[in-house]
Amino acid sequence: MPKKMWMLLALLVIVPGLLLTTSCAKKVVQSEEAVEEVEAPEEAVVEEPAEEDTAAMEAARIAEEAAAQEEAARQWEMAAEEELEEQRLAEEAAKRAAEQRAAEAAKQMLETEDIYFEFDSAVLLPVARAVLDRKAKWLFQNWEESVIIEGHCDERGTAAYNIALGDRRAESVKNYLVDIGIDASRMTTISYGEERPVDPGHNEEAWAKNRRVHFVVE
Amino acid sequence: MPLSSNRSFRRRIRPAGAGLPGWILCVLLALLFVQPVCAEEAVEYIDIRNPFLRKIPTAVPLFKNVSGGERGGMLSRRLADILAQTLAFTGYFEILDRQAFLADPRNPAVLGANIRFRNWTTIGAELLITGTVRLSGDMLETELRLFDSFKEDLIIGKRYKGVEADHVRMIRRFCGDIMLHLTGDRGVFESRIAFVSASGDKKEIYTCDFDGGGPAAVTFKNSISRYPAWSSDAAYLAFTSYQKGKPDLYIQRLADKKEIVVDRRGFQITPAWVPGKFQLAAAMSFSGDQEIYLLTGEGKIINRLTKSRGIDVSPTWSPDGKLLAFVSRRSGTPQIYIKDMASERVRRLTFEGRYNTEPSWSPKGDRIAYSSQQDGRLDIHTIDVEGRNPMRLTQNQGDNESPSWSPDGSLIAFSSTREGPSRIYVMTAFGTDQRRLLTLPGEQMDPKWSPNATEN
Repeated sequence: MPKKMWMLLALLVIVPGLLLTTSCAKKVVQSEEAVEEVEAPEEAVVEEPAEEDTAAMEAARIAEEAAAQEEAARQWEMAAEEELEEQRLAEEAAKRAAEQRAAEAAKQMLETEDIYFEFDSAVLLPVARAVLDRKAKWLFQNWEESVIIEGHCDERGTAAYNIALGDRRAESVKNYLVDIGIDASRMTTISYGEERPVDPGHNEEAWAKNRRVHFVVE
Repeated sequence: MPLSSNRSFRRRIRPAGAGLPGWILCVLLALLFVQPVCAEEAVEYIDIRNPFLRKIPTAVPLFKNVSGGERGGMLSRRLADILAQTLAFTGYFEILDRQAFLADPRNPAVLGANIRFRNWTTIGAELLITGTVRLSGDMLETELRLFDSFKEDLIIGKRYKGVEADHVRMIRRFCGDIMLHLTGDRGVFESRIAFVSASGDKKEIYTCDFDGGGPAAVTFKNSISRYPAWSSDAAYLAFTSYQKGKPDLYIQRLADKKEIVVDRRGFQITPAWVPGKFQLAAAMSFSGDQEIYLLTGEGKIINRLTKSRGIDVSPTWSPDGKLLAFVSRRSGTPQIYIKDMASERVRRLTFEGRYNTEPSWSPKGDRIAYSSQQDGRLDIHTIDVEGRNPMRLTQNQGDNESPSWSPDGSLIAFSSTREGPSRIYVMTAFGTDQRRLLTLPGEQMDPKWSPNATEN
């Protein structure tokens, strides 16, 4: 009785084992075929099939790994380059935005910094010259821009005379800039007399604010 | 002759021993001889040296409704009232209150033959105006008579016929006849006043009747328009407007509202037409300096009138167009100068005050009105063309600016902030009878009185 049992056992072990080994061998054949398609050296297949199969397999595997590594490296490089590019673009955009902010700020300063005068006078005060030098710098840097130079007066005095006085103030400022070297054709003067006060008050503080020349970028 | 009679008198009186009474008697006798000469001179109703010193007491009773009916009755009252107000506007007349009248208003005597002049002289009326109103359908016929009640004389009698709608024109025509008789000038009744009305930050040009009636807009530019000026035939108005973004000169033909624009670089302001010509002076700054130029009525520059660095603005012509007054800062402060067009000589007119601007030459030719700033306030002054006899017309009444003479030189329109917002006022040339001309929403300024050539 035990002998039969051992024989059964052996069969149970051997048969599946044979089955398994034969299936593995089939797989090897498939990969061999794949490698052959890519770059399998023909000599290895012809001379010693058993040994050559292993060597070819080995070589194919190495080549495949190398190719994959190269591909990976390439992909990584591309990704790295893309990221660099993005960074560069972002930096450029940031730089441009900063430049634009600076330009806006400079333009805003050009338009908010007014030049002030004494009563019934179109004479440029010393502090006005510093302000005008800043405006001249902006005009030099923005050579394609033109400006409107507005002349204003306070409410005292009479209206028609104040238009003439406002005109005189605007011309005074324009002449200063022309003397520095700004082209006269880039500057247009307009007098509003007492028509457009910034401060409607009836006191010296308001009047001083209204006696001004104001720049507007065209 | 008087001397010899005095001597004979003295001989008679002396023996009586009374020397002084004799002298008095002589003087009285001399006066007797002088008086009859006075009585033969023409009666002067209005003293041209100061015509507003004494107003003529004038009675304007209700007119007689000849055709009867209610409409006629209302019109009789209305015409009498309009006539009274129109005369009162001139400042020459004191219109008496109808409550004081002695005559029966229900049956007014109209013809000289029927008038009981004592009714009028008793209440002090020196002038009496009677009227009749005959209304048939739309047609109105009115007879108007001006009497000297003390002399019991008819001075003027006129009959006017037309459509009822023209009744104001008829009254104004008669007032012109009265003024022509009393002063030699037809007065202001056919004239208009241009001015600026400001609402928010917009300013538009308007015109109204001489008494402020019927104001109407001339510009609708939704911008700032100022400094209107009438041509001599009152057919054109020149003015400055910011319609195109800067102060340009517009010349508008009022009949069809066609406009010519002078829009050189810089400003074009304060136009002033040359009397009797289709030309105007204006201040322009296209050269970089502020000067006064002469232009054609179409806006073409003829030549430059001022040649001085610095501000030159606000021209005004003498009535014969031979002299030009204007504002210049050539001596350091704004002052008024006069240029002789023929000799091109310029002399300074104002020496009092540090800020004299807005000159306006009287159509009579003898005086120039202007505004002067002293202690931060603006006031109207007049001065004769030689620069003598300055007269201040406003004081302690806010800021008073931009004077403009009536065409007969008897009244001055100006703007004032005496009641708060800037409004147009009228006063006599001597500064009396200051009253507001009209009230519109917002503020009014820049009055300019037209010549008498307008059609009402």
